[in-house]
Amino acid sequence: MNDKNPLNFVLVGHIDHGKSTLIGRLFYDTNSLPPDKIAELKKASEERMDGEMEFAFIMDHLREEREQGITIDTAHTFFHTDKREYVIIDAPGHIEFVKNMLTGASQAEAALLIVDAEEGVGEQTKRHANLVSMLGLEQIIVVINKMDIVNYEETHFNILKDKVHEFLNSINLDPDYYIPISALKGDNVAKHSEKMKWYKGMTVLESLDSLENDVSLENKGLIFPIQDVYKISGKRIAVGRIESGVLRTGMKVKILPGTGETSVKSIEKFNESTDEAVAGESIGIITNDPVFLERGNVLCVEEKELTIDDKISSSLIWLSKEAFNKDEKIGFRLATQETKANITEIRERVDSSSLEVLEEKASSINNLEIGEVEIKTKKPLAFTKFVDVKEMGRFVLVRGNDVVAGGIIL
Amino acid sequence: MDHLDKLENNSIYIIREAYNQFQKVAALWSIGKDSTTLLHLIRKAFLGEVPFPVVHIDTGYKFKEIYDFRDEYTKKWNLKLIVHRNEEAIRCGMGPHKSKLECCTQLKTNALKDAINKYGFRALYLGIRRDEHGIRAKERVFSPRDEDFEWDYKNQPPELWDQYKSKAKEEEHLRVHPLLGWTEVDIWRYIKKEEIPVVSLYFAKNGKRFRSIGCEPCVDPIDSDADTLDKMIRELEETDISERSGRSQDKESDYMMQKLRALGYM
Repeated sequence: MNDKNPLNFVLVGHIDHGKSTLIGRLFYDTNSLPPDKIAELKKASEERMDGEMEFAFIMDHLREEREQGITIDTAHTFFHTDKREYVIIDAPGHIEFVKNMLTGASQAEAALLIVDAEEGVGEQTKRHANLVSMLGLEQIIVVINKMDIVNYEETHFNILKDKVHEFLNSINLDPDYYIPISALKGDNVAKHSEKMKWYKGMTVLESLDSLENDVSLENKGLIFPIQDVYKISGKRIAVGRIESGVLRTGMKVKILPGTGETSVKSIEKFNESTDEAVAGESIGIITNDPVFLERGNVLCVEEKELTIDDKISSSLIWLSKEAFNKDEKIGFRLATQETKANITEIRERVDSSSLEVLEEKASSINNLEIGEVEIKTKKPLAFTKFVDVKEMGRFVLVRGNDVVAGGIIL
Repeated sequence: MDHLDKLENNSIYIIREAYNQFQKVAALWSIGKDSTTLLHLIRKAFLGEVPFPVVHIDTGYKFKEIYDFRDEYTKKWNLKLIVHRNEEAIRCGMGPHKSKLECCTQLKTNALKDAINKYGFRALYLGIRRDEHGIRAKERVFSPRDEDFEWDYKNQPPELWDQYKSKAKEEEHLRVHPLLGWTEVDIWRYIKKEEIPVVSLYFAKNGKRFRSIGCEPCVDPIDSDADTLDKMIRELEETDISERSGRSQDKESDYMMQKLRALGYM
């Protein structure tokens, strides 16, 4: 055991390029599978195949997934190396399930992109890479899988690696590693391959161990969105999670949007007394003045930390089979702020795989298309650019009860 | 901030988010270690109070220690406890001797359906975790159930950046899973850190202890000498046996859990 925080990484790539098999291999080679799991796997595999161990079964638990041999929904599993613990987020590679892939990838600190050595870059490879880029993931490992099928050839690997590299660079991704592997046979996953002596780089496990956890936002300015206000034993307590910076008792804070100001009388936590709380903490506060705080207010020290506006330039991905039409009024949620919005301009409608511009000055956005849009919210909101504070620079659009799009602020 | 702090803070965020969205909520308390940890987090989220009912779905087959613990901490923590049983099925002699799937469905799932209809809850907090079972690894933090209680696992809503599915339709209820990202050993480390009380069955007596508790006829103890939290945590760090191996409902068939969950099982 070690004290390091677990690292969340998402495994993405085109269908059948071997994501679930790689996870199975990682578990198997790190002895992370309990004996009863192995027995269950063997039994399940025997029932379905010719006795061969089907690693993909570790992640694919739904009956439909096992019968069709595809991953439908994202799943989280846990394993550890000597260095730290990992949460693997397995994202489906099938086009039908991009919203599940995005759900998984939005929770990750790093991405492992898998590419089939024989098939090369597929439609979902591109789409997933584009979404990984949009989500702002910076730590990327590329594995070229099924090297056994191409006779473990170095030239084959190098040619494909260059192609993938060129593509990823074009969407502003700069992978840390390219690793030739065979998930099925175990080459370069946990052990260096005997078949690819020409490869001198890291194994998949070594490359994972070299990744870094997301850094805390304690050193940035304070941003504290109010989540709710409770009345407890006659006291009004405003609760929420600090998204960046540090909050201290006595601090003067501005209440955005608007011109309100107050100061922090006390920080409230159950059975705990503290004068300071940092980014990531869910706390409550009592203010010195009887100001009116409500969900959606954002507290900060320096107003310049946030932009206050009702006009937002953004890049978004549409995730519903029912297309968006320009005159539709839609729900807009950013941190704890919630309002209605119109998309006043769809500058471009873009194919999320090829990144081809499908239409300029468009009037609709279809499922899985990226929209470069101008948004007008019903009331002004407090936000940042996505590259500044991710937590305050991303939003979802809501239709009825469902999230139908995710976007980042440019 | 260490890992347990992060987990705690995120769980509190989720608990507060669901309460803000739905108000008419309840927490399911099986009196096991996970849902007891969940209650502790709820008390933290609301600064010591539990502002909504806590529901125990009682099959009548639980261990005596479970009932004793429930009654003791209901008082200590000032809980609004609702005990709900499928009295009719119990009267008709439903039990695990008939069929385990049938028994779980009648005494747990149907009893829960009944309770939700009776009290009109819009959302329920549950202490399930992704590492418990492969099917649970697929769950969302906010997970809708339709009017027939079914889990449409093939068409789950996207969940991005802590933005969860909002207000359920009238005919739905939502399952809220604040502990989804915790592992079994996280739970025990947190129980130790926070000194959360748990049912004595988890601690070894005469070389046996329960790793997972529930209905007396359907869970088996494991061989263990872990009679303290430290020993238990060490045991978990070293073991390669999965948590629910002592549970018969998981053993019977690969897909039983999927079937149970699709039908509305907890």
